[in-house]
Parts: sequence; structure tokens; C-alpha cells
Amino acid sequence: MSSQEQTQSNAELEIETEIQSERSDRETRADEPVLEVRELDVHYGDERALQPVNADIPEKKVTAIIGPSGCGKSTFLRCVNRMNDQIDVCSVGGELYFHGKNVYDDDVDPVALRRKIGQVFQRPNPFPKSIYDNVAYGLRIQGKTDDLDTRVERALRRAALWSEVEDRLDESALDLSGGQQQRLCIARAIAPDPEVLLMDEPASALDPIATAKVEDLIEDLAENYTVVIVTHNMQQAARISDKTAVFLTGGELVEFDDTTTIFENPANQAVEDYITGKFG
Amino acid sequence: MSTDTDPSQGFADEIVRKDNAENRRVRRGLFGCAAITVLTTVAIFVVLIDNAFGFFFDVRLYEATLQGGATQQITFTEYFTGARWAPSHSTPDFGILPLINGTLMVTVGAAFVSIPIGTATAIYLSEYARPEVRSKLKPALEVLAGVPTIVYGFFAISFITPIFIRPFFELFGVRASFFNALAAIIVVGIMTIPMVASISEDAMQAVPDDLRNGAYALGASRHEVSMGVVLPASISGVFASYILAISRAIGETMAVTLAMGAQPRMSLSPLVEMMTMTSFMVSRARGESAVGSIDYQSLFAVGLTLFVMTLAANLLNDYIKRRYREVYQ
Ligand SMILES: Nc1ncnc2c1ncn2[C@@H]1O[C@H](COP(=O)(O)OP(=O)(O)OP(=O)(O)O)[C@@H](O)[C@H]1O
Ligand SMILES: [Mg+2]
Repeated sequence: MSSQEQTQSNAELEIETEIQSERSDRETRADEPVLEVRELDVHYGDERALQPVNADIPEKKVTAIIGPSGCGKSTFLRCVNRMNDQIDVCSVGGELYFHGKNVYDDDVDPVALRRKIGQVFQRPNPFPKSIYDNVAYGLRIQGKTDDLDTRVERALRRAALWSEVEDRLDESALDLSGGQQQRLCIARAIAPDPEVLLMDEPASALDPIATAKVEDLIEDLAENYTVVIVTHNMQQAARISDKTAVFLTGGELVEFDDTTTIFENPANQAVEDYITGKFG
Repeated sequence: MSTDTDPSQGFADEIVRKDNAENRRVRRGLFGCAAITVLTTVAIFVVLIDNAFGFFFDVRLYEATLQGGATQQITFTEYFTGARWAPSHSTPDFGILPLINGTLMVTVGAAFVSIPIGTATAIYLSEYARPEVRSKLKPALEVLAGVPTIVYGFFAISFITPIFIRPFFELFGVRASFFNALAAIIVVGIMTIPMVASISEDAMQAVPDDLRNGAYALGASRHEVSMGVVLPASISGVFASYILAISRAIGETMAVTLAMGAQPRMSLSPLVEMMTMTSFMVSRARGESAVGSIDYQSLFAVGLTLFVMTLAANLLNDYIKRRYREVYQ
């Protein structure tokens, strides 16, 4: 190993331990849910998109959200980091507590909230900048610019993209394939180390190999992060998640339980029909 | 649907191109309209070149081509480097630099007004304003763009110069001329703000919301999204608006003639009377000079110079558009 590589991996280690110590502060509250959803409902204009939702999302676990198209999965995700604020016609009712603080309180700054709760979108949306600058964007605006190169490399490695882009970091991200762009967006979201990561069908544009890598990443992430993932792939939900929420048409959260219970012994007949493919 | 016995044969028939008379008529009509535009441009260019040739040489270009031989009466060196423009003086001089000086003064000065204010307006409209505000402000901008330029000229001499510029500089004991470049810079700047704002705003609106959401989700503030994501993503359209505003300022005539006067002068002071290429052309085109005189032909030489400058701006615009265009899927 060359001395340059040595110092690099040392730097990586330092960041790692730094993160570990940051995390250990949170360890003390580990048994309480990180997100508590209380009677949360959403309207787009007069259309109701979510029936009142109640759920406790556990810390450092993977929670999967499944359900037919248009049932409000993306809408629910956007409630968590208040991305619904960007939609003029959208109004949110009820409460959503993050570490015990209602994120819909007037004194909550959505910009600060989103630095703790990252998101990967359903459609890949890289910036028209270089690959490097895409990953560095969040780090730069959040002022985490020490060891920028190391952090960017680490995020790209974890998103299983590094080997494909390491020689072309300066090239435009728009020249990447759709699947590569999606992994780039994953790297961009995890680079600033959010506490909660919301992923909206992150693997829908990926081939089986990349999907497997992203699933590995999610399992890996769950050691330090809380992951909430929307997926249309039942096997994927069963494989990677600890908890599963099933939304059905009309924006109703029909069942929310341990993943094994949902898949082996669901309480609700509609959920069983949906999972076994008899529904919609 | 074909009812042919051989289905593959019928299918092949359907995809074979048919001779379509109506199609051809429409295509010819449209081509005719496009040709009118192109022919007009060519005709203007030919007239300019022909007469400008007559200015530099003792015969017109068509005469020179038919009969052969022409002697140069005004050298290009005199025209492009001479510092005195006095075409109808008893000892005439034909150095275009004072006119270029006036034109560049207005163009560059106006760009310093319209580019920052126009860009800021575009960012406000696109990223900050609520939809109700935007739907009222945008038409207001378009009204501002539709005001005849001579009205801006009157605005300059009846308001900007007497009420704003002269009293302000009086405070420092500096006397501003009644006709002055600063007034022209201000009105041409104001006049081109809507162009910069409106075209830039269109370019910013074309940036997909997915990009904004990507940045907001990373904890970017509105300011960071506007400056760090939307502006760079729309930069080709924004630059195009700058170039259009600049070429509009180069060609602007009535407002500058009224505001800045008609005194050719080499100067960098914005407080004195100057003349642009366009003001020279209006003042001389009123018919005082005899057709065919060198004084008359100097109009065309200046016109050609102006034409080349705006053409260059437009080519630059095309180049920038191609160079910086981003493709979104
Ligand atoms: N910006 C919006 N404006 C108005 N209505 C919206 C908007 N976004 C979503 N909706 C509506 O809200 C409902 C839920 O949409 P949402 O995108 O949350 O569904 P989804 O479960 O994510 O679907 P998919 O699996 O297809 O992504 C739909 O009926 C949709 O039409
Ligand atoms: Mg969705």
C-alpha cells in the first residue's frame, strides 16, 4: 500500500470514528422511536391523499413502505422532511415527531430538518454539474468541507458507483446512465451523513447486480441510520426491512408491523391479498 | 385498413410514401414566407455594401464591378482609427471612433444597469415570488417593454437629467451637460431590464422542479437553490438574454438621440454630450445631404459597421446557446 493510500484510509477512519461518537449521543435514546406519526393526513387542494396515519418508526432500522401506485407512499415520505412545503396546493394536518419534536411546529426550520433527514427521489435528479460536485453539493452547503475528497469517495463507494466513475469525476453527471444517476443520487444523499434516510424506490431503475449492492448498502446503513424505503418489490421489502407499512388505495395505512408478521401472517385480509398478488 | 388477400403485401402498401399534392402546396407556401425574410436581409446587406463601397472608393460597387477599377478616396485606416467625425464640415474628417465611443459608452453602461437588475428580477419572479405576485408582475414587465423608445427619451430629458442627474452632480460642484451619456445609459438600461428579466425568467422556469427538490432535500436554503442550482442550470438562456439586451442597446436610436445629443466626441465622461452611430444616422437621414455625396454615403458605411456589430452579437448568442445548453431527460 502506498503512503498516499495509507493517509487516505487514515482520514477515512478518522471520519468514521467522528461519526461513531456523534452517533453514541443518540444511543441513549435508542429505545424510543425516532419518528412518531400522529393522525397525519394530507390534502392536495380538496383531494385527500392520506387518511390519518399513525405509526412509530424505530431508530436504526429499515422500514419498508409498500402499496399500489398512487396510494400515497411518496406523499408520506415527503411529509417526513417537509418537502411537501414545496407544493403549493399541499396541506398537511396532524403531527409528526422527530426525536419528540413536532416537525410541523412553527419554530421548526425545514432547512435544518432536511440536513438531518435526507432523501433519494423516485426519479434520478442529478444536478447539471460534475459527478464530484454533485456528491459534494450537500457537504458544501452544510459546511462539511474538511476532507471533502475522502467524503466524496466514501459516499460513491458505498453507493456502489466508485469503480465506474473514479476516472471521470469531472465529467457531467448528466452523461451517466439512468441507473448510474440513481446511485449518484444515493451517494449525494448519504454524503452529508443524515440521521434518517428516505428512499423512494431507489432500485427501480437498477439492474440486479446494482440492486443487490444497493440492498447491501441499505443493510449497512441501518447500523447507523434510520432508513425508510418505498418499494414496489415485495421480495426486496421482505429481504431488507425490519418493519413494513402497507398503504392501500385511498391513502390509508392499513397495516404496520414487523416485516415477518406482514409477510407471513398479516392481520388484514386486504393486505394478504395485496401481498399474494390478488389485489390491484 | 387494407382488405388485401395477402396481408403482408397490404401492410407494405400502407407504409409506402404516397404522393401528396396538398403537402407540397403547404410546403411551398411556407418556404415562400421563409424566403421573404431571407431575401430582405440579403437585399439590405447588398444595399449597405454597395453604398458603403461608394463611400470608401470613388465609384459604387456595381459600377466598379461592371467597368473595373476604383480609386480609394477614404482609407480604412482613416475610417477605423480617425478620432474626428465631421462629414459635412468644410474640412471633413471621417474617423468613426467618436461614434463607436458613444455607442459603446451607452451599451456597456446600460449593461451595468440592466444585467444585475434584470437577473435579480428574474430570480425573484422565478424562485421567490408567490404565484399571485408573479402573475401580476410579469405582465407589468411586458408593458414596460412595450413603451415606445421615444417616450423613454422624453423621460430622460424631462425627468432624469433635470431632476436627478444635474442636481446630484451640482452637489459635488460638477456641471452635467443638458444632453449627457449618463441619462442615455440610465434609460437604455431601464428599457432593456424587461428583456433580461423576462427571457432569464423563462429559462429559470424551464429548470425541472426535480433539481430544486434535490437541492432542498439536502438542506439548501432558497438562496442556495437559486444561485447554486437554478442559475447555473439556466445559464445559457440567461446569457442569451444579456446578449439580446446588449444588441438592443447597440441599435437603440430614439432614446439615445434625445437623451445624449448629437455631438461626436471622444470622451469617457458620462456627463458630456456625445453621439452614437445610430444618432448620427437619424440626424443625417433627414435629407439635408445630397444623394450620392460622400456625406450621404457615410451613412451607409456607418450603417454597415452597426450591422456587423449586431450580427457579431447574434452569432455570439448562438455560440453561447450551443456551448452551454444542458440536456434534461
Ligand atoms: N403534487 C401533487 N399535486 C396534486 N396531487 C398530487 C401531487 N402529488 C401526488 N398527488 C396525488 O396524491 C396521490 C398519491 O400520490 P403519490 O405520489 O404519493 O403516490 P405513490 O404511492 O408514491 O405512487 P407511485 O407508486 O406511483 O409512486 C395520487 O392520487 C396523486 O394523484
Ligand atoms: Mg411515488
